[in-house]
Amino acid sequence: MKNSNTLSGKISRTSQWILLLGALSLLLTNFVPVWRIDLWAPQYPEGLTMKIWLSKLSGQVEIINGLNHYIGMAHIKEEMFPEFKILPYCVAFLSFAGVIAALARSKKGLLAYFILLVASAVVALYDFWKWGYEYGHNLSDDAPIKVPGMAYQPPLLGYKELLNFGAYSIPDIGGWIFAAFGLTLISVLVYELKFRKKI
Amino acid sequence: MKTKYYIISLALGALAVSQTACKPGGGNAGSELAGDAAQKVYVAPGTHDEFYNIVSGGFNGQVSVVGLPSGRTLKNIPVFSQHPENGWGYSEETKPMLNTSHGFIPWDDSHHIALSTTKSEHDGRWAFVNGNNTPRIARISLSSFKTEEIIEIPNSGGNHSSPFITANTEYAVAGTRFSVPPDNNADVPINSFKENFKGYISFISIDKETGRMAIKFQLKTPGVSYDLARAGKGKSADWFFFSTYNTEQASTLMEVNASQKDKDFILAVNWKKAEQYLAQGKGKKEPGTYAHNVWDEDTHMATSTIINEVMTLDPKDCPDMLYFIPCPKSPHGCDVDPTGNFIVGSGKLAAVIPVFSFDKMQKAIGAKKYDGEFDGIPILKYEEVLHGEVQKPGLGPLHTEFDGKGNAITSFFVSSELVRWNIEKLEIIDRVPTYYSVGHLSIPGGPTAKPHGKYVVAYNKITKDRYLPTGPELAQSAQLYDISGEKMKLLLDFPTTGEPHYAESIPASMIKDNIRKIYELEKNKHPYAAKSEKETRVERKGKEVHIYMTTIRSHFAPDNIEGIKMGDVVYFHVTNLEQDWDVPHGFAVRGAQNAELLIMPGETQTYKWIPSKVGVTPFYCTDFCSALHQEMQGYIRVSPANSNVPLKWGLGNTPEAAAEKAVAGK
Repeated sequence: MKNSNTLSGKISRTSQWILLLGALSLLLTNFVPVWRIDLWAPQYPEGLTMKIWLSKLSGQVEIINGLNHYIGMAHIKEEMFPEFKILPYCVAFLSFAGVIAALARSKKGLLAYFILLVASAVVALYDFWKWGYEYGHNLSDDAPIKVPGMAYQPPLLGYKELLNFGAYSIPDIGGWIFAAFGLTLISVLVYELKFRKKI
Repeated sequence: MKTKYYIISLALGALAVSQTACKPGGGNAGSELAGDAAQKVYVAPGTHDEFYNIVSGGFNGQVSVVGLPSGRTLKNIPVFSQHPENGWGYSEETKPMLNTSHGFIPWDDSHHIALSTTKSEHDGRWAFVNGNNTPRIARISLSSFKTEEIIEIPNSGGNHSSPFITANTEYAVAGTRFSVPPDNNADVPINSFKENFKGYISFISIDKETGRMAIKFQLKTPGVSYDLARAGKGKSADWFFFSTYNTEQASTLMEVNASQKDKDFILAVNWKKAEQYLAQGKGKKEPGTYAHNVWDEDTHMATSTIINEVMTLDPKDCPDMLYFIPCPKSPHGCDVDPTGNFIVGSGKLAAVIPVFSFDKMQKAIGAKKYDGEFDGIPILKYEEVLHGEVQKPGLGPLHTEFDGKGNAITSFFVSSELVRWNIEKLEIIDRVPTYYSVGHLSIPGGPTAKPHGKYVVAYNKITKDRYLPTGPELAQSAQLYDISGEKMKLLLDFPTTGEPHYAESIPASMIKDNIRKIYELEKNKHPYAAKSEKETRVERKGKEVHIYMTTIRSHFAPDNIEGIKMGDVVYFHVTNLEQDWDVPHGFAVRGAQNAELLIMPGETQTYKWIPSKVGVTPFYCTDFCSALHQEMQGYIRVSPANSNVPLKWGLGNTPEAAAEKAVAGK
């Protein structure tokens, strides 16, 4: 019973509301792009952008595909990614789980939900990295431009130079919603577990 | 003796020196140059010009787009002439644009630009330009910078008084420079000019939304030469003014015989009244054959329609519609100031510039202050309509533009100068030389109700020593002057393409954000388009072979074709699958009696080829499209007429397909 006050008990009304609204806000990510890859090259001073949504791609995907033909990269097209069929459900589940956790109002529930959220993010980022790896490494042997030892995997997050292109990989609005919710939950957790022990 | 020689040689030396010193003109251009001229015309790398300058190409039959103040040529838009550079007039789709009642014509002489206006102010939608030789008017889109429509003008010879437009772009006009007998009764003795020749003035209506042109009516006026024209503005917006010469009605040795009268006329046309007469059924349909050519942006092709009838109005049936204003000595320019009250006539052989007042003209018409009539049309009394004359302005006044500050600037061909003068006071403010013999001048927005001012460009007829010499045939020269201050200051001297006559300039901000960058593939309705490589194929229809071909960096599909036979007519229908700005592909076949195609992203264009030899012929992309442009080529095999080589086509496997399998397998 010594540490029971750390994880037992209820979370504050404020924390409950934050959790509830945050979980619901995840549903917004269905309507905005989640991630974006921006490319620059001397011939593209205005830049090229590919946006990744939960269920589709947008932006100048065809133009990027056209440019990728030099290095023999597979075409990026929606039907290649089964994730687009699953992701909206996954997010709906995450949102729903958050609502349940908020209604339960327990510290344990809060912690469990946070762990679920972080685990989902890790899986999603791994999946994203894996696709980038496969696209970047599985190049045609007949590619017109072959640079020994060169792979064209986009960065997971941040900036990377790929031949004449500079590539930025950063969250878009949806990604920022996830990140903001995650960071808020960390604050809530710290507050609940550290400063409200005595209740 | 020695002293005597000294004196003689000294005297000779002095004479030589004094002769050099007294030599008039020459090499004093520097004195007119503004001290900070270089800074004022310098457009730093990567930055844009302030104005689009839309310039007629004169005898090249095209229109050029120039940036101001840099004077850099940005583009030549093909209009009336074939343009091998991009296949205009060579591709099957563009050939109908150059069709006329005389058949296909590869050339014309383009003179005047009119930019579309709303309430006499630029609206940035279209540019109109006239074809002088085979009378036509063209409409160019200021979004695609492509000629979208050309209409021929019947009963006309020399479409010079054109394509000036009314305040809200209701009409563009076409006044005939060479009066001719009507097309349906044209076999008459030339010396029967007075009885049989007519000066047709056509009013071409312009659709508000689409810009589509149609000849609404033609005025059958007396046989004179219509030179230039301007619509009224504001209170005079219902009127149109046309300068005339050869009111002597001569038909031979015109330079003498058409210069006899002390005064010719400016014809004032009340076009609203003409519309009323038309509505009252006063018009008469007459035979008149002309072509109407329209470009369709969705099908990427032009259609040419021949029309055989034209509506005419006879001034004899339409009182109070036309008035002649006497104007000294063969007036050329006929320009209306921004307020719409003043009409400046430029008698090109006159010693004064007469300025007429619209208010006074209205009064004179009301009070019937006539000075007789000409072929039934009342002549208003000169003094009754005159605001005043600019005295001793220069020699050979041609054209006038307005700076929006109450001043006019007039070009003088003979004295080779621009002269700025106050319209109200008729006083000369400033004059600058031009190099040499200026024709038209152009102030941004100069002919509109709201001039943008800032610069004036002089378009000269003589170039001589202005640039590095290039043999007997020289480029034309233009000068840019700063007119923002009291004094006009020379900023820049630049060569131009073709032989510019009139030009207009419009602020870049009014156009550059509406520019078309690509044609969307989904909207491509060309009947022979292949919108993906899967749709590419070759079809034989008797002796015709249709190749549905695509281009994308960096290959054609198909790129190997066999089964063509001598006697076949081969049509390459090439669709550019690119959807990215500035990635055109070109197309050319060895030995084709044709120009190249230059196909914009999303566009389909057709290249006709009649093989002349048996064998394998290469074709290739003519636009350096990509890093692998040099590899963008293909082969087509032509066999003898009686051979059995089957029709066959193909393209090797593209590498991205293999990569796709590998990625999908993971």
